[in-house]
Parts: sequence; C-alpha cells; structure tokens
Amino acid sequence: MAKCLNLGSFLFTRMVEIPCISIGGKIKTWTPNRPGRAISIHSALHSNSLRNSSLEDKVTIHFVNQAGIKTTTTVTEGETLLDVVIKKNLDISGFGACEGTLACSTCHIIFDKTFYEKLEPMVDEEMDMLDLAYGLTKTSRLGCQITVRKWMDGMTVQVPQEVRDTVGSEGSQ
Amino acid sequence: CTQASRQHVDIYERLPVPFGLVRFGVAPDHPEVKNVMNTFTQTAQHARCSFHGNVSVGKDVTVQELQEAYHAVVLSYGAEGNRTLGVPGEDLAGVHSAKDFVGWYNGLPTNRDLRPDLRCETAVILGQGNVALDVARILLSPVDILKNTDITQPALDTLAESSVRRVLIVGRRGPLQLACTIKELREMVNLPGTRPEMEASDFECIAKMLKVLPRPRKRLTELLLKVAVETPEETELERRNSAKRAWGFRFFRSPVEILPSDDLTRAAGIRLAVNRLEGEGEDVWAVTTGEVEDVECGLVISSIGYKSLPIDPAVPFDPRKHIIPNTMGRVQKCAGLYCSGWVKRGPTGVIATTMNDSFDTARTLLHDMDEGTLDISTVKPGSAGVTTILEKRGVKPVLFSDWEKIDSEESKRGEARGKPREKLLDVGEMLKVAWT
Repeated sequence: MAKCLNLGSFLFTRMVEIPCISIGGKIKTWTPNRPGRAISIHSALHSNSLRNSSLEDKVTIHFVNQAGIKTTTTVTEGETLLDVVIKKNLDISGFGACEGTLACSTCHIIFDKTFYEKLEPMVDEEMDMLDLAYGLTKTSRLGCQITVRKWMDGMTVQVPQEVRDTVGSEGSQ
Repeated sequence: CTQASRQHVDIYERLPVPFGLVRFGVAPDHPEVKNVMNTFTQTAQHARCSFHGNVSVGKDVTVQELQEAYHAVVLSYGAEGNRTLGVPGEDLAGVHSAKDFVGWYNGLPTNRDLRPDLRCETAVILGQGNVALDVARILLSPVDILKNTDITQPALDTLAESSVRRVLIVGRRGPLQLACTIKELREMVNLPGTRPEMEASDFECIAKMLKVLPRPRKRLTELLLKVAVETPEETELERRNSAKRAWGFRFFRSPVEILPSDDLTRAAGIRLAVNRLEGEGEDVWAVTTGEVEDVECGLVISSIGYKSLPIDPAVPFDPRKHIIPNTMGRVQKCAGLYCSGWVKRGPTGVIATTMNDSFDTARTLLHDMDEGTLDISTVKPGSAGVTTILEKRGVKPVLFSDWEKIDSEESKRGEARGKPREKLLDVGEMLKVAWT
C-alpha cells in the first residue's frame, strides 16, 4: 500500500477520479477491487426505482466533472445546484468550499448558451465572486445561486476541465 | 487510476492546530470564508488520513527522514516570511509587516506579544492587495461589529482604545493596477462610520479606459471611480459628513524612508516618492519623478507580499523567487518530493486558486504512481517510522482528535462572549488542552 505524506496543509477532498457507472437515473461510484460495493449498488437501484416513482425528483440534470466524466442525476425543483452536488455526492473536486455563502468561486458551473440565457440575472455579489473563478466563460454562474427549475430537465452543466498534461509543461492554470 | 483508493496520507504541521491561513490569515469578519474548515475536517477524519500537529519538519524530523518513511512527500508549507521594504526606518517602533499585524489579531502564537501602538491618528498601509484592505477594515471597523467575531480578545481590547481615525492605503502604481478585489473594496465603501477620501487627480484618464477593460477589472474600476470622483447623492453625502473615520487609496507613491520621532524611537511619518507610469497595457511599471511627499503618521503597516522560506537544506530553494523549483509540482532533481500551493507558485491567490493548485499536484503525483515514475513497490513504514524518531527526540504529535478538544474549548470560551470561538494564544496552553 503506497503511503503519501502531505506537509503543512490539507489536501482538499476528492483528488481521485473514481470510475463511475450510471444505472437507471442514478449514479453510483464503483471501486473495482471491492465486490462488496456491487451489492450496495443493487440495493441502491431498488430504492432508487421506488424513489423515481414518486413525484419529487422530476428534473434530470447531467453534470460533467473536471475529468470530463458525465454523471446523470434526477433532482427536486427548488434545490440549488450546489445542494445537488453535495446531496448526490457527485464526484466534483472541491465544490462549494464556502458552503453557499458567496465567499468563494468553487461552485463555478458552465452552462450551454440556451439554458444560460433563461437563468435569473446575477446580483452584484455573485458577479464579484464569479469574476475570480478559474476558467471563467460567458455562460458561467455560481452553482449556489442557481435554483433547479422544471425547464432545466435534460440540461447538461460542466465545471472547468482539468489540464490533462501532467508530464512536463508549465501549462496548469 | 486505480491506485488512489488505497493511499494513506499523513499530514505534518508545526502548530498543534490545523488549517493554516484559514485560521490565521482570513479576517475575523469573513467567517463564511472559513466554512471550508468543514471540508478540511471531513478530509482529516477520513480513515486513510492522519493529522500530526506539533511536529516541526526540518527540526523535529528532517525531510530526508520523511522520504525514508514515505513513498512521496508533498511540501505545502506556504509562506511564513514577508517581503521587506528595504528603506531606512523600517525597524522603528510603530512599523509592522501585515503578516505580523494580521497574525496578531488572528491569534498566531508568534505574534501574541506584538502590542501594536494604536495611539496615533493616521495609519499608512503600504500595498493595496486584499490583505492591505483587511488591515484597513480591521483598524476602522466599529468595535461593535468586531466583538462578535473570532478576533482575539487582546486585539479587540487594543482596537477599542485605538486613536486611529484615518487610514491611507498606498500603492506605487495607479488605479488600473489596484490589486485588491471588488468584494473587499465594496466592504470598505460600506464600512459604517467611515468616509472615503481620495485624490481626484489620481483618476484623470481612467474613465476613458473603461470600455477596453475585461469585466473583473472594469467593474472594480467603475466602483473605484464612483467612490473617488462622483458626487454622492444626499443621504450618502450626509453619512460621509457625519463619519468620524476616513480611509483612502493613494496612488503613484513608493516609500523611501520612515521618518522617526524627535527622540528617534518611533515612526512619526513616512517619506513617499511620487511616481509616474511607464509601459502599456498589462505591463506598466512605476518610475520616480524625483518629487517626494511627507505624510505624518504613527503606524506603518507594510503589506507588500508574503515570502516562503527554505524548510530543510536537503530541499532545493530558489533564493530569487523564494519558491521550491518544480515542474508541475515535482521538485526538481528530487524523486519522491512534490510541492503545492504558495511554496510552489508564489504567495498570491485566494483559497480557490490554491485549492486547484493542490489538485494539480495531486494529479501529478497519482500520474507518477501510475506510470511507475514514483516507485511504490517497496514497503515503507509511514507514520510508524516517524513516530519512533519523534519519540527519541521527545516530540509528541497532536492528533486530530486532540485538536478537536482544543476546538471544543475555544468554542466554549467563545460562546461565553458571543463569539464563534475564543482562540487559545499560547502553544503551551494548546498542548495542555490537547492532551487532557
């Protein structure tokens, strides 16, 4: 078992790209060498299908994480996109550090233009923090300020993609 | 990558308490920024993560000893030094680095006895970044606001007696090079009991530049212009006229000397060189005009940047850039050694910047494991090996569960005063609580 040491500060959670599989409408992470987990996936399927039949989780949203991996989840109208990422335990590194208080830009989300244009306009406080976000685009917003609505059904959102080259150039960020 | 799910990560920290600048750097009146401590806590409580506080690397255990115990060592110890002004009078009483002043009001044990003298009317802050604005805001905030934050009690008491009524925040270049971000500027503009005082002449030619600026710079400049140049409407005018404290940016000024009092013991003023700008676009620099200006003041805070220091002779260090020479976080010419954060890139950036940089280093490390560049085939003792060394040297680590006792004690003491916590200010006291 390899041992790593980190000095003087904390490694933020989720530095790992865990392979994900999508079953029905719900994502579950699956670790190859742990057969016990397969059983829990099946029971999650069962409870998931029960839940899907209720009227609550009606909006399907696709999240693409920093490694380009897409996960699909169904959520309740009225939650924020930050709530969704946290509650559904989506594998997005370091999302929502300030816990939705407009004190950081880590819940930065990029929308497709058509969905972006339908969002409620930004207040100054959101723009203040968004302007500091890494990988800012013309269709960026902070996920903690976006409330899930029915018209978002089928929407895909993504976070800035990580720089793939880990071999030698100065290129990260 | 399938390796990552089996890694064990040990964290070594010199102080008994974790979180670094989130605890000691973020201003007391920015509690939301500190929410990230909850995520850090989750990480620390992970089954494969162990925190070891009260261990000074380079002193209690060497980097070489750590490399013998671990497959990989990541140096993310930040920047505990500060850039110096290099002007006469810098060592006079009444002159402090922002690092020390912030450390003082945030309870960093080494700054406990700073005892800044606030019995003067004017304070000059050199530098215009977010740290400079934090210092200005703490100097001018009504004590009623500060008293419910986690600011230390001695700092609160000192600020309650402060005579400081005017804070100048000085930068060597112009308004378009202002280094702070808009949120911090807004906070100054909206600070109760204060009014802005700026030189309109500093802003000639700025308005016409607005349309070519990228959005973040444009919005910052618009707000700055509004505050500095526009005539406020009536209620705001009244508010400003009744405000007892003032703050303002001074542009195109560099320090040349801190002027002593008559008895030569303390700062009584500062001599500033007047600058003009040369260059274009993003790349402009200040050039002195030959003119100087003296400003009377009793407190000078220099906020011109933090600086990393070398941790261990075995670790390469760039004495010019004050960072560890690295490529994508791999320390140059040192297999198994990595770095992240300020010691890797230099001491700028907010939590999100540094967090993303840490992710980059982690990805590099995992990549190296997968490729075999980082050899993980041999068995290494990990913390068991280090514990033996520490025991021999009489050093006892503080575990995360021990920190939780400190945390609990601080929260308890804070509750009695309507504060989120009352920080312990002394390492000895922290250790006593940690090991009860």
